[in-house]
Amino acid sequence: MKGKLKKKIVKKIKVDLDKCIGCRACEVACSAFHAKPKYSSINPARSRIRMVIDELNNVYVPVLAGDHTKSECNGRNVYAISGKEYSECSFCRASCPSRDLFKEPDSGLPLKCDMCEDDPPQKEPLCVQVCRADALTYEESEEEVEEEVKQGEMEIGLESLANKYGLQKIMDTIARMSKKG
Amino acid sequence: MRYAETGFNLEIDLSRGSIERVQTDPRLTELHLGGQGTAGKILWDRVPPEVEPFSTDNLLIFSAGLLHGTPVPSANRTAVDTFSPQTNLYSHSLFGGYFGPELKHAGYDKIVIRGKSPSLVYLWINNDKVEIRDAGHLQGKGALETGALIQKELKEPNAQVAAIGLAGENRVYMATIEHSNSSASRGVGVIMGDKKLKAIAVRGTKDIHVARPAELFEICNRMYQEIHDNKLCGDVFLHEDDEEWHVNNFAWGNARERKKGFWNKEREEKWKTLSESVRARWTGCYNCPKDCHQLIKYPGRHPYFQKCYSKLTYAMAAYKELDFNYDILGVTQEYGLDGFSTPQVLAFAIELYEAGILTDNDLPGFPSDSGERFFYLVEKIVRREGVGDALANGVYWAARQIGKGAEAYDHNTMKKFEQLPLKLGLINYPYFLMYATGEKMAITQTEGSYPQSAEPDMEKRKKFVENWEAAPERFKKWFLEWEPRQHQPIEAAVNIADWNETMHYIDDAIGTCAFVSSFRGQFGGRPPYHLYNLPKFISLATGMDLDSDALWKIATRNRNLIRALNIRRGLRRVDEAPPADHWKKRDPAMEQKHLDAYYEFKGWNNEGIPTKETLDKLGLDYVSKDFVQRGILTGNEGTPYKEASAEKEKK
Repeated sequence: MKGKLKKKIVKKIKVDLDKCIGCRACEVACSAFHAKPKYSSINPARSRIRMVIDELNNVYVPVLAGDHTKSECNGRNVYAISGKEYSECSFCRASCPSRDLFKEPDSGLPLKCDMCEDDPPQKEPLCVQVCRADALTYEESEEEVEEEVKQGEMEIGLESLANKYGLQKIMDTIARMSKKG
Repeated sequence: MRYAETGFNLEIDLSRGSIERVQTDPRLTELHLGGQGTAGKILWDRVPPEVEPFSTDNLLIFSAGLLHGTPVPSANRTAVDTFSPQTNLYSHSLFGGYFGPELKHAGYDKIVIRGKSPSLVYLWINNDKVEIRDAGHLQGKGALETGALIQKELKEPNAQVAAIGLAGENRVYMATIEHSNSSASRGVGVIMGDKKLKAIAVRGTKDIHVARPAELFEICNRMYQEIHDNKLCGDVFLHEDDEEWHVNNFAWGNARERKKGFWNKEREEKWKTLSESVRARWTGCYNCPKDCHQLIKYPGRHPYFQKCYSKLTYAMAAYKELDFNYDILGVTQEYGLDGFSTPQVLAFAIELYEAGILTDNDLPGFPSDSGERFFYLVEKIVRREGVGDALANGVYWAARQIGKGAEAYDHNTMKKFEQLPLKLGLINYPYFLMYATGEKMAITQTEGSYPQSAEPDMEKRKKFVENWEAAPERFKKWFLEWEPRQHQPIEAAVNIADWNETMHYIDDAIGTCAFVSSFRGQFGGRPPYHLYNLPKFISLATGMDLDSDALWKIATRNRNLIRALNIRRGLRRVDEAPPADHWKKRDPAMEQKHLDAYYEFKGWNNEGIPTKETLDKLGLDYVSKDFVQRGILTGNEGTPYKEASAEKEKK
């Protein structure tokens, strides 16, 4: 199925690892902004941006929370960049069982960066606003994307059954089930 | 609910292995704020003067500042308070990084440690779960190395660790406590080692609540920007490659001589190239936009953080170049040695050797090169081997243990503690007073709000005074009237010393960094935090009703309480004498006149003891009662301290 072309604003946070001084103001601001009510508490553990710091190896990586994943990766990668080693998790945005980043400390529920959706909208996500070292900068770009026609969940399920048993068999089954009902 | 603070201290008895979570009295926050202030109260209540520093009854207190864990920028300095074996007096140090805020998030304002563990242990504080764990495997490990090993073993990369190195383990008096990019110096590491506590690891994930969150966040956001933009705050010097000021003004060797003409463009270029090649990153502390620390990777050395003037202390003490300093810091930081006092102990030992007081018998195989000698001596000291055992007790005690005239080479200590290697010309009376009466043992912890020198150009002077928001009105007049190479009136000198130290007592209670506050007005007069804007930050965070006068009074109370700790341990006027050669041109009669005036201004008697009236007026009547009972005061002394002086005059 092909969709039509559509213009979309893509929000980007550019991370310059060399500029980060490790002050963690991004964590402070994020956790305060997303507290309910807003600013009512500070807690970096609730922040949707976390600093992965390995001081003696000079690793200072701000990571923004992405999606939750139920299972951790099989094995690990290590990236060596300009003589420095980063673990794969240094760059990974997932809230996952292998680490305690991006989970509500009380409930364990996953946290995800929302690029600071707000009403009225923030000009930039809060972490970017507070990053005076300019390790975090914000960009918006307009991109043309193909709008995929989204199939409903049931349709996806039925399609796979149809592929396996044929459409006719499914229709017969549904007819039989509905009589029973 | 308590705002800004957690309302709980962690009480650890290492002798018994007990751990308690103890609720604190909110009234004490109103009286002392927190940090050093409330730590002083605990030391007063629980460590009587007969307790020896190496006794199990001595306490070692780690205090988060009142504003740690709030959005207030640059509130991240943890205070460490105890009694020092070197001075037998109150010992106070501060370190930055992330430790204090993490402790607050774990649910504690302080860790109060008493007793001594039978074997080397570390403390693991993970929110409500607190354990004393074996540290046998960490024995002899470097201070920062220990932090990394503990994070790994706990599988907790976000744990914040403060640790001692070999120097602390062996109770070297110059031992530090190292955490991240920061060090607690001035002799607190030795007590941690005495208690056989290798490290404290903290992880906290709890919320900190503040009284008026939205308003506080708003002013903090603006302050964060201001601190970033203000070129007169942070570690301004460390960012400059032009070291002329340091190499010309500080003394070389064992605080012996100032060397003019050492600095030139060629050397600046050479040093700059070296610094850039070994610096891996500039780093900052928790929630502060300033980058005052550099991560150094020097070939063949463990990575370490360099901060402040430790960039040159070893090089200048050994008459060496910058490369030597970067090299030896790679060793001394991991041993956990104070970069200010240690170089002086080393240079002192070399002088003793050259004078024939120490011989090849004391120092077998002593190299001929001063740099190699430094490395040699460091190894002896951290292991307390041979003569290193005496040197490990600092210059004052080493001189007396070694004898044979070594005492004459101890010329730069005060109250038995090594002072900055400064040897100057004409006496400066505010400085005389701050050196003499400061309880924090280092001038850097006392000076800071009033400019160090007069401005010759009247137009510039006027401009400086205009919009000098940080200064109470009276100082503007004094600065305007101050001509270069002139002494200011006694009244001015007394007030300057008082203002300078009072601002530190504020910072050290709330946990804000002196580099954006109490230390920074002296260069340019534009510190981001000052007496007139801090009350708002504290009020919005804590809900306390506070103005500049009330804040000043709290700082005065803390200052007198800390004074009382030392008075009770025997400190008197006779001890309050800066090194004899600190200034070339001195006037003993005038100095004593200043001291008289200062004591009177403070509401202290002729011996420097706060009077009953002064103490009672500050709500420290339990102190005056104790003083009278002990016969320290008769109860009939005069003059209380003069009511300050912040808000009323401003208007």
